[in-house]
Amino acid sequence: MSDEERFGEEERIEAEEEVLEQETPAQVTGGDYAPSVAARVSAFQRAGGVVMPIVTTIFALLMGMLVVAATGHNPFTAFKGIFDGTGLNWLFPWVQGQARTDAAFNLQQTLIVTSTLILAGFAVSFAFKCGMFNIGGNGQYIMGALVATWVGTSWVNMAGSLHIFLAITLATLAGAVWAGIAGFLKATVGAHEVISTIMLNFIASYLAQGLVGRGGQLQNTTDTSNPVSADIADKAHLPVFWGDPILQGLHVGFFIALGAPVVFWLLLYRTTLGFEVRATGFNPEAARYGGVNVRKSYVLAMAISGAFAGIAGAIDILGWQFRLGVLDIQIANIGFIGIAVALLGRNSAIGVPLAALFFGALVQGTSTRNPAIQDVFDPRLAGNLSTIIQGLVLLFVGADLLFLWLWNLRKKARRTAPAAAAPSGGAGP
Amino acid sequence: MGEAVLELRGITKQFPGVLANDHVDVDVLRGEVHALLGENGAGKSTLMNILYGLYHPDSGEIYLNGKKTSFGSAKDAISSGIGMVHQHFMLIPVMTVAENIVLAEEPTHGRVMLDFGEARHRVRELSERFNLAVDPDARIQDITVAQQQRVEILKALYRGAEILVLDEPTAVLTPQEAGELFSIIAGLKAEGKSIIFISHKLHEVLEVADRITVLRRGKKIDTVSAAGATEESLARMMVGREVLLRVDKPPAAPGETLLEVEGLQVFDDRGLEKVQGISFQVRAGEIVGIAGVDGNGQTELIDALTGLRRFAAGTVKVAGREHGERSSPRDMLDAGVGHIPEDRQRRGLVLEFSIAENIALHDYCFEPDSRLGWLYPGRLVARAAGLIGDFDVRGGGPQTRAGALSGGNQQKVVVAREVARNPKVLIAAQPTRGLDVGAIEYVHRRLVAERDAGRAVLLVSLELDEILSLSDRILVVFEGKIVGEYGPEVSEEELGIAMTGGRRQAASAA
Repeated sequence: MSDEERFGEEERIEAEEEVLEQETPAQVTGGDYAPSVAARVSAFQRAGGVVMPIVTTIFALLMGMLVVAATGHNPFTAFKGIFDGTGLNWLFPWVQGQARTDAAFNLQQTLIVTSTLILAGFAVSFAFKCGMFNIGGNGQYIMGALVATWVGTSWVNMAGSLHIFLAITLATLAGAVWAGIAGFLKATVGAHEVISTIMLNFIASYLAQGLVGRGGQLQNTTDTSNPVSADIADKAHLPVFWGDPILQGLHVGFFIALGAPVVFWLLLYRTTLGFEVRATGFNPEAARYGGVNVRKSYVLAMAISGAFAGIAGAIDILGWQFRLGVLDIQIANIGFIGIAVALLGRNSAIGVPLAALFFGALVQGTSTRNPAIQDVFDPRLAGNLSTIIQGLVLLFVGADLLFLWLWNLRKKARRTAPAAAAPSGGAGP
Repeated sequence: MGEAVLELRGITKQFPGVLANDHVDVDVLRGEVHALLGENGAGKSTLMNILYGLYHPDSGEIYLNGKKTSFGSAKDAISSGIGMVHQHFMLIPVMTVAENIVLAEEPTHGRVMLDFGEARHRVRELSERFNLAVDPDARIQDITVAQQQRVEILKALYRGAEILVLDEPTAVLTPQEAGELFSIIAGLKAEGKSIIFISHKLHEVLEVADRITVLRRGKKIDTVSAAGATEESLARMMVGREVLLRVDKPPAAPGETLLEVEGLQVFDDRGLEKVQGISFQVRAGEIVGIAGVDGNGQTELIDALTGLRRFAAGTVKVAGREHGERSSPRDMLDAGVGHIPEDRQRRGLVLEFSIAENIALHDYCFEPDSRLGWLYPGRLVARAAGLIGDFDVRGGGPQTRAGALSGGNQQKVVVAREVARNPKVLIAAQPTRGLDVGAIEYVHRRLVAERDAGRAVLLVSLELDEILSLSDRILVVFEGKIVGEYGPEVSEEELGIAMTGGRRQAASAA
């Protein structure tokens, strides 16, 4: 039974949590067992349930409103503008006429970003289930985008569906290999994945910039002053199923993203690989004792994480960018927002897509392209303000583990849990 | 023995879901050794932590020499003459004995410069007065555990302790060292100090204490005089029912050799040769006990036999098949080696996993648990449900998180998993560590049952009682070598001498 399946039963979990604290190792064995990061976060998150992420989100938005108010604007008008900019008002039946057309377009944009963020979120979550922090989602995303660009601009005579399939498959592999390097380094020489994935981000970024930049092998041949790749073949574009393809409608990559939570959940909870990954994440020592090849778990978990990020890169290129430019690479931050998505989504199959929708809406709603925002703010200000709001939300979402920690600390202080101050224990070998 | 120096009245402490102390009354007399006896979780430690100012009681009062007091912190308790020797010593290894003892209350020249001469002098004075032989200039890291314990006692005395709390003081000692500790306690008693002796070992308590207070589930059951008590009567009070203290077992009927170890050499992580050419055999239907003081290579030996650590030289044969030094844990599992690990929380269980997942920890990759990499959680649950019944695991069903179980039930899950795999060789490392009397009884009976089912059982334990009552043959390890083999009728004293390499006398004179 997975954590997800018990997600809602807060009361029982809370009770279990307390038993856990009563039974903390010092008491039971007198040993010095230290739970893994994954195990600790899991305990924290059980304690916070689903309430905590919602509270954090609301709090973050309120802080955003305060900032808007501090600049002398009406926060309610501003947030109405942001909300309309996300296109989520399309869901309201009373929005009609031109407003509905605009809303539909905005919602398509929101969902395009959401698709990518769902995949970027799982790229962080899967590694996390194995006890690792994949900070390299961005690099893996860039590798996916790069390979998709390469495939999309080569073999232009290939049949469309085959071309798309090949591009996505190779991009997925590229992401997997890129992350797998970090997993391999951890498994063999013990290099910490946080350090190695950050390094790999830089390598991926400069590699891609070199290839699509001026004089690069993938640079377009029509305008050599422009550091952008050639356009991918028209037939390699992902079909648009909602909206106008010319105006950037919602492409079928959305369905790939919707399939991701299913794949994520099945892999983790219905395969032996997932069993190994989770065992390793919670307690690598017990996993090894259990006969799990812990090194293999590290490599595979990272590779699967990278695969998610690689797909994200591919659907962005094949779905709406159609080319990769040096500037795109420099401003790419999908992988980093993916960390926030995973945190807010509690690394769960249901939570990550919801968190991705929230961040997707935020990115789209505060985008400088959103005319509603430009009505409220001076256009020169709007960009900065949206960045501030995004940043605040990220900050508070990131800080929610801190909130949880403080919350637990307060509970502990109140009851002076036995384990904390009982170095003697009742036990004894 | 005189008037009451310490009275605890109606001490109550509630933790969420647990009433750790429920109106506990204890009085300690001057010059008395008062034992606090109870199973794990009975509330002994909570009570002592309240006395030492680490916890605040929800209700109840503490009277010191007839005056009502309350301690806000350990510092208050120390200045009121209460000293505590924790099970895990709180000494600084690189500093000398004298430095450790005077720490925080150092004698000084003009309040600035430390006066080491004075410190040494005072330590020597104390150690002579109380007959606690230690060298003030030795570094903590160079002296034995027993000597470190004396340093802890001296530290408490230096700070003016009149009431000394010893928390499970014999847990780390050999029988001889425990004997010496008891004579130190007798000396302290003669000097008029009061001692609170925490233990769950019945024979020790009877030997050392004047009066015994038994706690069970947070409640005080009774305070009795040691003179009239027996092990049986104390066990009954502790557990609340009759307990079988001796393991009933028919004589062993050893069959073919299932585990054969020849010239095994194992290094630890620091490159020290912890197992130095050990050879032994375990046959079907016998329990071979490995006795030894902690850290004499037992851990490395077990790790090598279970594939968790590579060995440098030698051979390991399971049921006649040789397994090389690069065998993985998986290889040894599949060869038929079951392993009840010494630390069930660190190694034996994934606490975040359900009981069902923990039971499948070894066999998840085989049918029927999984097929071609596809896991069938329903089958895991069904199998776990059966084993939970067979092994009497209480406190949850197959879906319960292992971490939510009590220590005894966690151990039952481990035992269930290992035994249900039908191993040829069962390695039990400290199988009853941290368990209460009832759970110990269960595990012991189970090990004998597995022996009688024709498994080769290798029991590694630091508890001599356990080794003596379960083993059909006893091997003693000392510094990575087997230094003796004994039958089950050997005396504790004889084992104790072998466990310290027969050189213990010299060491204690230092």
